Amino acid sequence: MDEQLKSELRRQGVVATSLQELYNWGRKSSLWPLNFGLACCAIEMIATTMARYDLARFGAEVFRPSPRQADLMIVAGTVTKKMAPQVVRLYNQMPEPKYVISMGACAISGGPFKQGYNVLKGIDRYIPVDVYIPGCPPRPEALIDAFMMLQKKIDEQYLTGPNRPRHLNAEMASEFIVPEFGAHDLVPTKNVGVWEVPLVNISLAGKNESGRD
Amino acid sequence: MNLEEIKSQIEANVPGCQLEIIPNGSPSGQHSLLVDTDHAFAVASFLRESASPRFDYCSNATGIDWPLKEVSTKVKTKKIVDGVEKEVDEVVKTQTGGYLEVVYHLFSVEQREGPLVLRMRTQDRAEGVHLPSLTPIWRSAEFQEREIFDLYGVLFDGHPDLRRLLMWEEFQDFPMRRDYVDPDDYEYEPTAHDDVLKRAQAHQSTEGGL
Repeated sequence: MDEQLKSELRRQGVVATSLQELYNWGRKSSLWPLNFGLACCAIEMIATTMARYDLARFGAEVFRPSPRQADLMIVAGTVTKKMAPQVVRLYNQMPEPKYVISMGACAISGGPFKQGYNVLKGIDRYIPVDVYIPGCPPRPEALIDAFMMLQKKIDEQYLTGPNRPRHLNAEMASEFIVPEFGAHDLVPTKNVGVWEVPLVNISLAGKNESGRD
Repeated sequence: MNLEEIKSQIEANVPGCQLEIIPNGSPSGQHSLLVDTDHAFAVASFLRESASPRFDYCSNATGIDWPLKEVSTKVKTKKIVDGVEKEVDEVVKTQTGGYLEVVYHLFSVEQREGPLVLRMRTQDRAEGVHLPSLTPIWRSAEFQEREIFDLYGVLFDGHPDLRRLLMWEEFQDFPMRRDYVDPDDYEYEPTAHDDVLKRAQAHQSTEGGL
């Protein structure tokens, strides 16, 4: 429908919309995050929900203590290898449609603990992440920006067609492999269906080149 | 009360114990007391129970890994070369380390003493890694000894609940040991350099590279 005609109709008191628009508007305006935090990023997440930054303006003030009632998982903090199976299990228990925000350097890549033995090098090795927020920890404004980015992403989703989201496509999996504790590391160390090695050419690195193809 | 006094006091009260003062060369001069494992529990009980100094608080327990290391030192010796006595530098190779060490920091809240640094050493780094647990004497050592067991692999005899603390139960390595090899998950290094770059390149060659 023509945007100009739509606004003209609205001025006359007639609201014209599509089912897709209505559906996306409903979902993006009531994102309920799962109430859990892993490290210092969680403090910033809590600050975001409080009066000064007031995440309630974005329809996300109801932090649910149960994954069954949550739409959004904010991975706020360092994911240790001991915690990773529980995080993936919580994600599996959330009903579709579900989204993930990877908050802070640790949740993205392991951050300052990347070269350690006990920290997972990014939660995106096991579950699909929709929005990444860099920072250590990110400011509440950054989390709000991530919310707005996610809302925009939801608003652009199609109800039908090949590009429809995962929860409308019965063929796509909504549960992901929960890693198990191995003798030396988690087994498997990554979910190949979810995570692929970013395109960085290691052989070029260290030779005064950017390393990127 | 200095360490020498404490040492002679222990020797008078715990028969048969072997103590050694390990000097600390730094400006702090915080020397420590090495206790043999057979008498460590008796020595610790004495330090806890005696009237003076009464070390009633164990603030910290930690581990150190000393891998086997060859140290060569130059020693000047007199030798007869061509009928003339001369001073010649001789390189003497000695082996040090090859054991795990546990360090306790003891304080006396009552008498404002401390810290007394108590050390214990295991026989080796493979089989003989048993040490007496001091948890029955200082309850605050419980979780710290569990952590030492978790990260260094020291087995504390007499510990009430010796399980892994930070790593998972199925984990088999001891990550704070010097010879620990961490898992090879170096698929992606955005700003690889130095050692990390070498490891990432080694990883790339095993997986076929990009």
